[in-house]
Amino acid sequence: MLDLAESYALLNRSGKTQRDLLRGRTLINLFFEDSTRTRTSFELAGKRLGADVINMSVSTSSVNKGETLLDTAATLNAMNCDLLVVRHGDSGAPALLARKVDAAVINAGDGTHEHPTQALLDALTIRRRRGRLEGLTVAICGDVLHSRVARSNIFLLSAMGSRVRVIGPPTLMPAEVERLGVEVFHDMRAGLKDCDIVMMLRLQKERMTRGLIPSFREFFRFYGLDAEKLAFARPDALVMHPGPMNRGVEIASDVADDPIRSLIKEQVEMGVAVRMAVLDILARRNSRND
Amino acid sequence: MTDVVIENVRLIDPASGLDQPGALLVRDGRIADLGSGLGRPDGAAVIDGDGAVLCPGLVDMRAEVGEPGGEYRETIASAAVAAAAGGITSLAALPDTRPAIDDPALVRHLRARGEETGSLSILPYAAATKGCKGEELAELGLLREAGAVAFTDGARAIGSARMMRLILSYAKGFGARVVQHPEEPSLAEGGAATSGELATRLGLPAIHPAAEAIMVARDIRLLRMTGGMLHFAHVSTGEALDLIRAAKASGLDVTCDTAPPYFDLNETAIGNFRTYAKLSPPLRIEADRLAVAAALADGTIDAVASDHQPRDADDKRLPFAQAAPGGAGLATLLAVTLAQVHGGGLALSRAIGLLTCGPARLLGVGAGTLAKGAPADLCLFDPDAAWQVEAGALPGRAQNTPFDGRALEGRVIGTWKAGRKVFG
Repeated sequence: MLDLAESYALLNRSGKTQRDLLRGRTLINLFFEDSTRTRTSFELAGKRLGADVINMSVSTSSVNKGETLLDTAATLNAMNCDLLVVRHGDSGAPALLARKVDAAVINAGDGTHEHPTQALLDALTIRRRRGRLEGLTVAICGDVLHSRVARSNIFLLSAMGSRVRVIGPPTLMPAEVERLGVEVFHDMRAGLKDCDIVMMLRLQKERMTRGLIPSFREFFRFYGLDAEKLAFARPDALVMHPGPMNRGVEIASDVADDPIRSLIKEQVEMGVAVRMAVLDILARRNSRND
Repeated sequence: MTDVVIENVRLIDPASGLDQPGALLVRDGRIADLGSGLGRPDGAAVIDGDGAVLCPGLVDMRAEVGEPGGEYRETIASAAVAAAAGGITSLAALPDTRPAIDDPALVRHLRARGEETGSLSILPYAAATKGCKGEELAELGLLREAGAVAFTDGARAIGSARMMRLILSYAKGFGARVVQHPEEPSLAEGGAATSGELATRLGLPAIHPAAEAIMVARDIRLLRMTGGMLHFAHVSTGEALDLIRAAKASGLDVTCDTAPPYFDLNETAIGNFRTYAKLSPPLRIEADRLAVAAALADGTIDAVASDHQPRDADDKRLPFAQAAPGGAGLATLLAVTLAQVHGGGLALSRAIGLLTCGPARLLGVGAGTLAKGAPADLCLFDPDAAWQVEAGALPGRAQNTPFDGRALEGRVIGTWKAGRKVFG
């Protein structure tokens, strides 16, 4: 999949498209949570492959009127769509939908469970820069407890041979996270030592209102990535963030915008390529017309 | 009414220590005689038990029946059908209904609704606090007088230490047991699975098992202050059971029950977000399951209850964290408990005791024994007959079994309520 995505990255840079691949296919972006970035990325990926793309944001409409997730699924199923991209605030929601619809369902982030295409794009971004994933030390930092990005990256990067560390305050660390095969640190400086990749996570504002951390300024002081803390990582360590960033909360602007060490813009670019590869593979496998 | 002789059976009555081959005579709805060498009175109908076990009708000390307010999930009539198929002839119904059972008229109403079924005695719990809201003491005396068997706020833990102290203290004056859902609410809020690796992998909001032990420890300490009788429902962790074991040894009147999921399943049953296995308390790790099974055998656990919580498809076909907790349990109560017997960890008479005289004693009712002169509430079952649980094919309305697909040994052949055959 990463190889295929790599070829799409090159195609995208060349300015060419491949609109015949998904011609006549319908892709629905079904977003129960707002996410401009991921939705746009899937939309662009679908369109570059020639699919008809429809965006549905249901966070404020049907679901609040008592329509259940499965009612929505039945409605969409009746519309005969081919690819269903789902973002939902609850863990397991896309898995539930997938059992009820004929379309191929793509998890675009579910609750605090997984965000598989984010992990794929992160892996692709790292591999392009470093030429490999095996043997690299990757630190995932911040709100690991609530992060689907963290979980998917732990699973994928570990499978690809990277050594994964998680760094954050104990109140934002899930129970028995070490059993996922990661090393746990609560001290940023110790955790970043000898790291090749520093992956920051977004801190949701409601975490503070629920009392898991006392204040943003305290979080930034101990767990925000700035030049001083980054200096503890390898001299050539690269910085990543799934976006959108809270500047001054989990990451300092000078680090986020560093043209040499920050991969954040490239992550966005690789996001489209990875999603093209995912749509390509699923559309070939799950063709209605065949 | 014609005399009925049920013969060629293995009579098991844990209350009296009886376990022998023989027969049982039913006359005028009551047990007229039992034992070996029983004759056949003239004109008696004879039932050949073919070597099956005849024991007292089961007493289920914890179930939701959907009435009042949840009739779309279950009614007393539909629960009675499932209960009869499960060998249950008496059932203690939880009071956190809509409205809550906090008025004497509602207690009498539930008892009457049970009698209407002709197959199932409803033993009503009454609310410990008004509306089961945990704020004001309910009219425990009047509720007791109306026939409430014990006091509880059902699935809601009595969270305030002050309120729990008041309830224990006041209930003592009426000789009634207080039943707690042992889960510290502030630690459990929003949780959907037990804390640990699996919840972390699935990204589910978690409840630490210590939420149970903390509540058990607190309430035992309160009981030491107030005196009285305290019961912990559906205990699911080894740590809580250790605390209860020690409290019993110190002479306190503390008792507890568990439910079949907690000794037959562990957290892995929630697998890929299987909402039928979402329960409250949540299914625990394997070490806790083993601790619960051990406590069944060593006497720490006084009763096994179905913990029947009827849910319909709309309650369960939701993302895991949003789905309602609870499992149907009436039809599977006996067979899942017998799995512990077949597994070698539990004696058959002990298992039956946990389902009959054990809960009857806690509820202060006379059911659950094969005494001469007592109403003939009976359960005839083949302990070795195999069957498979299938959600959708269970008796009664509620189909939300956490045991879907489970192969079991032990099947009810016949159930009698006051001498009348109500199943089989």
